[in-house]
Amino acid sequence: MKKTFAGVLTAALILTTACSGGDDPETADPGQKVALTYWSWAPNMDKVVAGWNASHPNIQVTVNKQDGGDPAVAKLLTAIKAGSGAPDVMQAEYQKIPTLVAADAVADIAQEAGDLKAKFSESAWNSVTLGSEAVYGVPQDSGPMMFFYRSDIFDKAGVAVPKTWDEYAEAARKIHKANPKQYLGTFSSNDPGWFAGLSQQAGASWWGVQGESWTVAVNDANTRKVADFWGGLVQEGVISNKPMYTPEWNAALNDGTQVGWLGAVWGPGVLEGNAASTKGKWKTALLPDWDAAAPANGNWGGSATSVTSQSKHKAQAAEFVKWLNTDPAALKALAGTANVYPAATDATSVALTQPPAFFSNQPDFYTIAAEAGKITKPFTYGPNVNVAYSAYNDAFGKAAETRQAAAFGTALDTIQQATVGDLKNAGFTVAG
Amino acid sequence: MRTRSAPYLFLTPALVLFAAFLAAPIVYAGYLSLRRVKVSGLGLGAGARSEVWAGLSNYSRSLTDPEFVPSVLRVGAYGLIVVPGMLGLALVMALLLDAGRTRVGTFTRTAIFLPYAVPAVIASLLWGFLYLPRVSPIVDVLSGVGITAPDALSSSWVLYAVANIAIWGGTGFNMIVLYTALRAIPTELFEAARIDGASDVQIALRIKIPVIGPSLIMTFLFSLIATLQVFAEPMTLRPLSNTISTTWTPLMKVYRDAFVRNDVYSAAATSVVIAAATFVISYGFLKLVGSRAFSQEN
Repeated sequence: MKKTFAGVLTAALILTTACSGGDDPETADPGQKVALTYWSWAPNMDKVVAGWNASHPNIQVTVNKQDGGDPAVAKLLTAIKAGSGAPDVMQAEYQKIPTLVAADAVADIAQEAGDLKAKFSESAWNSVTLGSEAVYGVPQDSGPMMFFYRSDIFDKAGVAVPKTWDEYAEAARKIHKANPKQYLGTFSSNDPGWFAGLSQQAGASWWGVQGESWTVAVNDANTRKVADFWGGLVQEGVISNKPMYTPEWNAALNDGTQVGWLGAVWGPGVLEGNAASTKGKWKTALLPDWDAAAPANGNWGGSATSVTSQSKHKAQAAEFVKWLNTDPAALKALAGTANVYPAATDATSVALTQPPAFFSNQPDFYTIAAEAGKITKPFTYGPNVNVAYSAYNDAFGKAAETRQAAAFGTALDTIQQATVGDLKNAGFTVAG
Repeated sequence: MRTRSAPYLFLTPALVLFAAFLAAPIVYAGYLSLRRVKVSGLGLGAGARSEVWAGLSNYSRSLTDPEFVPSVLRVGAYGLIVVPGMLGLALVMALLLDAGRTRVGTFTRTAIFLPYAVPAVIASLLWGFLYLPRVSPIVDVLSGVGITAPDALSSSWVLYAVANIAIWGGTGFNMIVLYTALRAIPTELFEAARIDGASDVQIALRIKIPVIGPSLIMTFLFSLIATLQVFAEPMTLRPLSNTISTTWTPLMKVYRDAFVRNDVYSAAATSVVIAAATFVISYGFLKLVGSRAFSQEN
């Protein structure tokens, strides 16, 4: 019976996407008092926004806390289809921006925001412009990938911090051999963003624009190199095949059986939340490289703040978005209160002078993070990241379960087919 | 006139609610299933997408999706475990309680019923913790006595793991329905049988079960429909393992298409197919057993 209800609910949810016409934006009057709503899932964002509200009595912003990136986008797209119900301002993960632009859910604020390009790294800025003249949001935080490891266990096992992926594989073997319960890491079929970041480091860019058509390259040589590497380690049994972010993974971080994690700059919060008792035992380093002579990195996570196409106060919303992500006081609050790693390049000097509390034993934490951000390779997201990512869940779930290296390559082909097929079916022009 | 319009007046609230919250959404889902979004070029910018008629293409895509048939078969296998398992347990428990052998009837009844009050999502989270080897107390206890428990979420066990949650959650409800039906049987029937020398087992098999036949059929029908709509349990367990895909059951495919792929049109088509199949199966079943199910009413 309960299931019947769930089914009805699902059907009802689908059906609530009823349509009605949107209102035209009112003409802006600078002296007018406006109220803006802002959807975000960053912790304590309301406290950051309180700083803005105190100094801008005419533009009051209310934060509406969201569950996370995926549900927030699903809700936003439903509201856009319905013609009403969307907030004025919205936190949007970088990989979702092409989808939101394609659905006409976010507004181009190039005129309202002015020239902000110099304040951000090229890869972050490219994520909000999609390489065009338009500006679909202002970068808020970025997620350069970093390698976290248990320095105490590394010392005991006599393992040096891996500088290359070959050394990483060697270290994985050594650690698992010394204690069969311990793994240097896991291959997670639940985290497409993680794998995309690793592929980005290897030089992949899964989407691209070629004239008036999209290109899709999920199974290119660079990504294949990454998939084969992980497939080999899983088949060998020296890397775990269980997904991340499960109670089991948390327990493994806590009891020292997962002794390393390829995370991103926001990792300390995750480690602190899941394995608080291991404080002081972790250290961080740059990701291992494919070519030690040409250090590179990928990005995992990060988001921009966008103005939605339903906002009736585009100018005021853009002003708020600009303040939130570039004003020194706001950057300080973002880093200190909301615990995000601001995308603005001068944030390191104004807001990030202290390492995160969980890494107080590593004073150069943010120096490493800044370096990791600097060497991040460009990566273009496409309009159907959601399709590719859910195909990743299924295809790599299967591959990880078989523990066969060959299955990892097959999984890439499956994702490629699903992604291209979806684009073509929707009518996008796809090259190749 | 007055008297003739009265019944319709009384029916109006029900009809309005029915139309607004059942009929209209169904019609709208049917409409959506025949539509699709057509994108041109890069698909960026305001004018790049438009909604057009799709004919039956959403249906053909939904039915030919390589993941669709396996998910239907999976639900079939799931039903073969859940329905007999759950109803069998419910019937045995109802008969035991009714036989009056237990002194703690009320407590036992409540205890068996209680899991039904636990929302499926929470039940799945609870069981998820019990299934994951590293955090499971069950695995701990078993390994303490030298038994290596199988990984419940591995590909060979995951179907049973999901079915177990449904059985755990649903047995109590069905037990109460059957127990209530048993209590309604006139006691003279048993007394007569007992005087004739029938044992408790014989009474159960020859009298009780045949008499509560209509209740059994009703619980069977409800279980069948619940099986076809299995969603919350696998959806909640999915992030914990590699073995549950995003299209593990047909309803999960609907969810993925609608909310992950943002394609409500093919989700609507799949929903219509599922609804039609559910209707055909339940109606077919009722037709099949119809004369027996409602024999008491004739």
